[in-house]
Amino acid sequence: MTDRMNNTYDAIIVGGGHNGLVCGAYLAKAGKKVIVLEANKHVGGGAVTSELSYGKKISSCAHFLNQLNQKVAKDMDLAAHGLKLAASDLSTIALAADGNHMHLSRNDVSGGGVSSDDAEKYKKFMSLMHEYASTLGFLIDIPPIDIFNLDWDDKVAAMKLGWKLRFGLGAEKMSEFLRLISMNIRDVLDDEFDNELLKGALSFDAVLGTHTGPYSPGNFLNFLYRIAAGNNGAVDVPVGGMGAVTSAMKNSSIASGAEIRTDAPVQKINVEKCAVTGVTLQNGEVLNAAIVISNVNLKTTVLELVSTKHFEADFVKRTTEIRMRGAAAKLHIALGDLPEFAGLEQSDLKNRLVIAPNQQEVERAFNHAKYGETSERPMMEISIPSLVDGSLAENGHVLSAIVQYAPYNLKGGWTDAAKAAFLETCINRIGEYAPDIRKHIEHAEIITPKDMEDQFGLVGGNWHHGELTLDQMLMLRPVPEASRYALPLDGMYICGAGAHPGGGIMGAAGRNAAQAILKGEAS
Amino acid sequence: MTFELKPDHWRSAVKYSPFYNKIKEHDYLNKWHRWAEYTTADMLEDATVEYFAIRNSASIFDITPMSKYCIKGPDALDFMNRMLPRDMTKIKVGRVAYTVWCDDEGMVIDDGTVFRIKEDEYLLCAQERQMEVLRRNAIGFDVEYSEVTDDIAAISFQGPCTCKILKNMNLKDIETMKMFDVRFFDFPGGEIMISRTGYTGDLGYEIWVNNDQAEPLWDALFIAGKDYAMRPIGGDALQIARIEAGLIAAKVDFSPANETVRPGHAKSPYELDLGWLVKLDKGAVFNGRRALIKEQKNGSRYRFVRLDVEGNKPAENAYLFDKENGKNIGYVSSAAWAPTAKKNIALGFVDMPYGEVGDTVWAEIYYKKELKWNRRWAKCTVMDGPAWNPPRKTLTPPADF
Repeated sequence: MTDRMNNTYDAIIVGGGHNGLVCGAYLAKAGKKVIVLEANKHVGGGAVTSELSYGKKISSCAHFLNQLNQKVAKDMDLAAHGLKLAASDLSTIALAADGNHMHLSRNDVSGGGVSSDDAEKYKKFMSLMHEYASTLGFLIDIPPIDIFNLDWDDKVAAMKLGWKLRFGLGAEKMSEFLRLISMNIRDVLDDEFDNELLKGALSFDAVLGTHTGPYSPGNFLNFLYRIAAGNNGAVDVPVGGMGAVTSAMKNSSIASGAEIRTDAPVQKINVEKCAVTGVTLQNGEVLNAAIVISNVNLKTTVLELVSTKHFEADFVKRTTEIRMRGAAAKLHIALGDLPEFAGLEQSDLKNRLVIAPNQQEVERAFNHAKYGETSERPMMEISIPSLVDGSLAENGHVLSAIVQYAPYNLKGGWTDAAKAAFLETCINRIGEYAPDIRKHIEHAEIITPKDMEDQFGLVGGNWHHGELTLDQMLMLRPVPEASRYALPLDGMYICGAGAHPGGGIMGAAGRNAAQAILKGEAS
Repeated sequence: MTFELKPDHWRSAVKYSPFYNKIKEHDYLNKWHRWAEYTTADMLEDATVEYFAIRNSASIFDITPMSKYCIKGPDALDFMNRMLPRDMTKIKVGRVAYTVWCDDEGMVIDDGTVFRIKEDEYLLCAQERQMEVLRRNAIGFDVEYSEVTDDIAAISFQGPCTCKILKNMNLKDIETMKMFDVRFFDFPGGEIMISRTGYTGDLGYEIWVNNDQAEPLWDALFIAGKDYAMRPIGGDALQIARIEAGLIAAKVDFSPANETVRPGHAKSPYELDLGWLVKLDKGAVFNGRRALIKEQKNGSRYRFVRLDVEGNKPAENAYLFDKENGKNIGYVSSAAWAPTAKKNIALGFVDMPYGEVGDTVWAEIYYKKELKWNRRWAKCTVMDGPAWNPPRKTLTPPADF
């Protein structure tokens, strides 16, 4: 009996990624007996720091903290639980082949041959983007509006949205918003600017983490979402890498009373008489709870953890049809010393370095991915976090880059040879800007979308557990029947990136899910 | 056995049943229409005469065009139990279940029969094609499913003399078959499958054979039944019989949910008076379960009614009203003069809460006389069940004639 009592919880969370930890913290704070189960040795999911080579550590998946939900940070008091920033609001430097690089901050752009006219327009454009972001930002922190069964909160949210768009922005800006929202980034940028390097760098923000190129429909929304989803679009670097973020979340959850178990892979979610009853771990141990919350990808949850026979067929079908294609790889390099980037001071290198010379080149890089090939000349977002955080490298430096495009379904598969060849391509690509990089490389590795699936559970290599496109957002995310975090199975919920508002290290999905559960939301 | 396309199959998009040539010998009218890809007879000589073969002797109707699917594998029972609202654990080997299947909204996609052939093998028969439904239902189940429509020839053999005729064919113990039993019998060319099922509300059997057994079966039946006034029939006679027996038809009485786009146009099992098929408490998830629980709690939108209509004008396509010249509350989906029940029958739908058993509703009937339209009001009484439901439908063993 005692044993059974010890194994019984109010809620079990499957998956100790950041959203699982956040969800656990909120539930525990509300007095629920909750346990977070993590399959790996460490919690953190895609926000982890691991050893790259002797004495050198790296953020092995996500590497910038640019969307952390400010409500989550405050409610969980992450600062008090160990989260410190090594750098905040980094500028972006768009690398140019001729060394005349462009510096972009929130309001200003300089260098790279940008005209004063373009610089002026940039200021206006970014100010408008931030206005849109702050108009829409509140949608991140609330569950998607249930348009079929409006409750009071839904009505308030719908009215708030309408009011903010029409009267907050005003007719002119609202009209412009409606024009922009479904456009592709290339058409938007071509309308606004002349400078190719500027447009290349901005278009890269729209395609980052997606399976789209600048010419693909609808990805202006992605550009806007980056700013709207949290942190005002500012790019920060945490001390200790991204693992420090989830480590602070873990400490905060434990302080709130949540139990966290690592090395506890879940074999299945148990269902009896059409309702969940708990989970069985791979070691055979059974934990009981009337509420099970999956922080795992919805497809994995439905097909493997619960099994499809406990769901109705149309729901299962829709679940299997969620698009989740990843086309970004991660490049990690251990450096004996800093390479020299032509045209950049050493002090510039702490910033976010972007290789995206113009929109045509970004699109050309994407073309390969469409046909199952890696880009011949990939685009990159580069970070050298050891410049601002000495704890990552006892000596020398570490470089981390997101590389596009590397399709999940590579023709011929991600063999060792294919990985080695793409690694060479990436190093050569950086070498175009930092010719001496090779002589400083101690160790280099590439994390493919397939690796991301295997190591971090990112199905299809997609960071968001489902592409963030208009047809998979808000009340349509991940599928309409599950948009309020409750799945159509009594007691079963989701709290991960697949749910609104999506991935990136935000924590908003975990927070929203906890609130839905506490409110008694059921589908 | 796989169906092989003839070299010149592209010349015609019409398929011919293995019984086609045999039926054609009895055809005086050339009234045929398309059912799925097959051509099928509406009437061969006279609908009323054919109807009376169903009720008074024995009738043969070609059901080869019915969609037929084989589902087998370790998860076959779980698969069926999740797809169908009935408790399929109760359907043992050798039994057939009449059932509907729903989408997640609890709206009926089609109705049909499910034959449990072996522990882990089923045959599913429906009027409409179901491949896409099976495909989505099979995700995550260890089952194989395949369409066998073109591989199995089938006839519906219905009427009071059918058991006697099958006995004359020396089908051992055929008379011990209960309604919804399915058994296999020896026949030249391999075992044939016979089920005591049908769509006429009468004593009857459905006989399932390989394509090359079709003509031998036909001949054997006619030899065994030569003294019983048996005859092949077309779809028109069958329509009269099924309306008399109060049975519904897909695409006539209800629009299959998976091809219905307008809100409110699909129907739930409760709205088709098939609530008895839905086992909400069977302890397993099935398609439509959550929606149907809600419907039980909140009430249905429509009520299926079987109407006894005053007069002798079939209330085809009639609107239904709460009183003469009153409020429109529903419509008739099927109607016919029922010759054996001697009633003017209509099947249809009324808005809730109208149409309780014994209630009166009014039909506005339009009918033509020598090409001129006439209109009349007819009082209709909501019947308690079908107009035709004789004891011989279920009597075992059936009486001899």
